[in-house]
Amino acid sequence: MTPLLKVENVSKFYGNRIGCEGVDFDLYPGEVMGIVGESGSGKSTLLNCLAGHLTPDTGEVRFEMRDGMMRDTVSMSEPERRMLSRTDWAFVHQHARDGLRMNVSAGGNVGERLMAVGARHYGDIREEAVDWLGRVEISESRVDDRPSQFSGGMQQRLQIARNLVTGPRLVFMDEPTGGLDVSVQARLLDLLRGLVRKMGLSAIIVTHDLAVVRLLADRLMVMKDGQVVETGLTDQVLDDPQHAYTQLLVSSVLQV
Amino acid sequence: MSNYNFAYLDEQTKRMIRRAILKGLAIPGYQVPFASREMPMPYGWGTGGVQVTAATLTPEDTLKVIDQGADDTTNAVSIRKFFEKTAGVATSEETAQASVIQTRHRIPEEDLREDQILVYQVPIPEPLRFLEPSEVETRKMHSLEEYGLMHVKLYEDIAKHGAIATSYAYPVKVEGRYVMDPSPIPKFDNPKMEMAGIQLFGAGREQRIYAVPPYCKVVSLDFDDYPFEASKADHACDMCGATDSYLDEVIMDDAGGRLFVCSDTDYCAGRRRAGHVGAQGVALAEDAA
Repeated sequence: MTPLLKVENVSKFYGNRIGCEGVDFDLYPGEVMGIVGESGSGKSTLLNCLAGHLTPDTGEVRFEMRDGMMRDTVSMSEPERRMLSRTDWAFVHQHARDGLRMNVSAGGNVGERLMAVGARHYGDIREEAVDWLGRVEISESRVDDRPSQFSGGMQQRLQIARNLVTGPRLVFMDEPTGGLDVSVQARLLDLLRGLVRKMGLSAIIVTHDLAVVRLLADRLMVMKDGQVVETGLTDQVLDDPQHAYTQLLVSSVLQV
Repeated sequence: MSNYNFAYLDEQTKRMIRRAILKGLAIPGYQVPFASREMPMPYGWGTGGVQVTAATLTPEDTLKVIDQGADDTTNAVSIRKFFEKTAGVATSEETAQASVIQTRHRIPEEDLREDQILVYQVPIPEPLRFLEPSEVETRKMHSLEEYGLMHVKLYEDIAKHGAIATSYAYPVKVEGRYVMDPSPIPKFDNPKMEMAGIQLFGAGREQRIYAVPPYCKVVSLDFDDYPFEASKADHACDMCGATDSYLDEVIMDDAGGRLFVCSDTDYCAGRRRAGHVGAQGVALAEDAA
C-alpha cells in the first residue's frame, strides 16, 4: 500500500526559535494520526505546515493526487495548493468562527465549497447542504440561520459539514473538541468517528486531550519542544509510554 | 478660465491617470490602482469619475453629465459646470451629441456609438468587499480566479428572499475572467454593458480605475435554476409612454398617488418632442425644449 501523505524532514523556525524540527512520517489511506504534546510543543506549527498555511523552512510534504502521482505540496504553485485545500483537503479549526463565515447562513456555509468548485444550480446546492446538516445532526429547519445563532457544539458540527461536503480525502483537525463541554465533546467525537470510518477518511488530529486520540487515532505522535519524541500505535504509546515526557503526559491525566 | 490648466488637473497627473486607463482597457475588469488626487468636491460625489473625465477630455469634446439618469440634478449640474469652467468644453444634455458622458448609477437608454466614452463614478470598486474585508485576500482571489464567494452572496439572496434580490451593483464577469462591480447601476442596465462605446470606471476614494473595452463579453452571474433577469418597474412611463426604459417611481401626494417616469431625462424629453404622450403627460410643442 502506498502512503497518502509522505512527510520528510519538515522543519519550521521562527527566527532562532524552533517551531518544529525534522519531522518524518507516512500517513496511509484511512488512517487517523494523532499528534499530542503540551502548549508550545510545535504541534500546531507542524499541522499548519502540512496544510499549507505555513511554508516549512526545510523538507517535503508529498501528497498522493487523484491521478495517483505523489506531488510535493510545499513547492507546488499557490493556485494548485489552494485548489487542493478546497477539494481533497479539509481543515477543522479549534474555534468554529475561524472556519465559518459567521454572517452567512448555515446552508451558505456548507454550499460555499461546492460553489467554489463550480456548482451553479441552487436547488442541488441546497439539497446537498441540507443532507450534510442532517449528517452532522443539525435540523433542516436551521438551514437559513446564521452560525452566530448556533451553540458552540453546533457551530463545530457545522464546520465539519462545511469541510466534508466536497468529499476530501485528508482532514486536518486542530483541537476539534477544545472549548466544548464533555457531553458535547462526546457526541462530536462519536460523530467524527462515524464519519471517518464511513467515508474512509485519513485524518491528522492535533490535540492535548489524550482521551480524544484514544478514541479516534490509530497512531500517535508525541511532540516536545518541536521534536517528535515518541511514535507508535495509540494504545501502545498510551499504555506503555517509553519516553520520560510521554510518561509524564500520560500520568498527568486526571482519573475520575 | 485661463487660471486653470485644461480640465483642472496638471499634465503629469493626467498622464498617470491615462496610463491606468490604458492598463485597465488592456485587462478588462481588472482594478488598476492609481494615485487619486484631492478634488474640489467631497469623496462620494464622483471624484473618481471626475479625474477619469479630466484625463479623457480634449478641447474638441462635448460633455454630458448625468446623475441617476437625469441631467438636472445637483451632482450632474455641478460637475458639468466644473468642466465648463476649467476645460471650456462644449456641453450637451443630448446623449447623441456627447462624445464623453460621465454618469452616476445609470447607462443612457440610447445605444452608445463607437466614438463615445462612458465614465462611471464608482463608490466601492471591489465586488467581493462585503464578503471578504481584507484587500490582500480579495486581490489574491481575483488573481487566482476564486469567485465561489460571489455565488455565496447570490445563494444567500435566494435563501432569504426566494429570488436574487440584488437589484443594483449586480456582479458581472468580464471576458470570462475578472468579476467586476458595474458600480451601482440597476441590474436593468447590465445587459447594456456589452456596447460599442468605451466604458471607464473611476473610484476616487478607493483609488482604483477599471475599464470595459467596446464589444466585451459582460455576463451577469446567476444560478442555472435562478437565471439573471434585468428587471424594472412593470409600468409604462407616465410622461412619454415608453415601456422599454428604466423608471423612477415618484410619490405625488399623501393619498397614494404615484407617477412612473423615465429616469433618463434626455430619453424622455426626446420621446415627448417626437409626439409620444404617457398616461399623465401633456404633449410637448416642437420648440418647447
